[in-house]
Amino acid sequence: MALLSKKDANLILDPLADNNPITIQVLGICSALAITAELKASLVMSISVIFVMGVGNVVISLMRNLIPSKIRIIAQLIVVATLVIVVDQVLKAFAYELSKTLSVFVGLIITNCIIMGRFEAFALGNGVWRSFLDGIGNALGYGVILVMVGFFRELLGAGTLFGIPVLGDPITKTGLYAIGYENNGFMIIPPAALIVVGIIIWVQRSRNKALIEEA
Amino acid sequence: MLEHLELFFKSIFIDNMVFAVFLGMCSYLAVSKKVATAVGLGAAVIFVLAVTVPLNWLLDQYLLRDGALVWLGPEYADYNLSFLSFIMFIATIATMVQLVEIIVEKFSPSLYNSLGIFLPLIAVNCAILGGSLFMQAREIPSLGLALNYGISSGIGWFLAIVAIAAIREKIRYSNVPPPLRGLGITFIITGLMGIGFQSFGGMLTGDNDPPEGTEPTTVEKIEEKKMIEEELQADDKAVSYNPLIKE
Repeated sequence: MALLSKKDANLILDPLADNNPITIQVLGICSALAITAELKASLVMSISVIFVMGVGNVVISLMRNLIPSKIRIIAQLIVVATLVIVVDQVLKAFAYELSKTLSVFVGLIITNCIIMGRFEAFALGNGVWRSFLDGIGNALGYGVILVMVGFFRELLGAGTLFGIPVLGDPITKTGLYAIGYENNGFMIIPPAALIVVGIIIWVQRSRNKALIEEA
Repeated sequence: MLEHLELFFKSIFIDNMVFAVFLGMCSYLAVSKKVATAVGLGAAVIFVLAVTVPLNWLLDQYLLRDGALVWLGPEYADYNLSFLSFIMFIATIATMVQLVEIIVEKFSPSLYNSLGIFLPLIAVNCAILGGSLFMQAREIPSLGLALNYGISSGIGWFLAIVAIAAIREKIRYSNVPPPLRGLGITFIITGLMGIGFQSFGGMLTGDNDPPEGTEPTTVEKIEEKKMIEEELQADDKAVSYNPLIKE
């Protein structure tokens, strides 16, 4: 990390763990959970959010002295909406099947609270380079959780990763299935995502007692 | 009439905004500590959804969708502005929220006092934009049904936030393991409630062929549908579905 000063490096590293947007700041859960039934969708969603947040934070930071504070919410929404349209069109052109799986959730990146939250809390008051790092860092923190949830849900629910069977074939009974292992259909249904995130929060807060909330 | 009833119950229970598609989770988690505030926010969401979904339906029908501009004259029939939907929808929502806030403040100060602080928050609530996007994705056929969809999905969200707020008020007296306190246990309870709501899925499966316009749209169901489609001529379907290929 010779490129970055320690303070700048923290902008990226903090949101990955102790200040994670999903598990600690409780932002951006809306679009996060519904698409994590498979790893590939989670990964594409994370990459889209990283792009939107990185570029969006830079744009907002460049315009921070031009936006009147009264209409800043609308200005921010327009910036995000433009970026999301770009992402949506790219997905539709190059990964049509996947964009159908993600359906409206690409559009919902616009109202992803992480993005608005970071615009408000950081990009409006900081320089371009630091805003860029902050955006990337928070989007990475979001992506890490998404990929983790997607990994467990796809592995336990369907026995595959990225659609490739890794635990053997459930029909011909090879691999793990030969010794009586079964896929857990529970992991595929939407509410399981909430429970997986709940367990991630549990593990994280058990490891770092400082994060425990007052009752 | 029957289709109205069906859409109404389907949007409240089966495709519940919170439990089936996780929309509006941020405010759902942040504002659900007390029942009274949850009721206020829930009412504001119903109100704004009831206004914005029909409005965006008109926008979609007469401005955005493929061939929607034909009312301007036959030479406009080939225009497809649907790539602009996101920006148009969010602009409508942001303006409407501002407008509703001003109108309510002027004409009903008591309602403003109970809803007022929540209204600005709502512009960035995913449930609102989600309502409009789902309305577009499901191709709801008439203005009346769009209004119905807005109101009933708002009621679904209202139910969810009031229920979790009531549970959270009670759970304060329980001995939750410290690392799970607050956020963790709320996630897990919501998950369990979601599993409960899944059982409503059997409510409307009376016949095997769902009527037009009630296609399953949750991600999970889309995947199921996709697998079936792939078996039956995937290419054929994609052509009729994809505006890019069609051109």
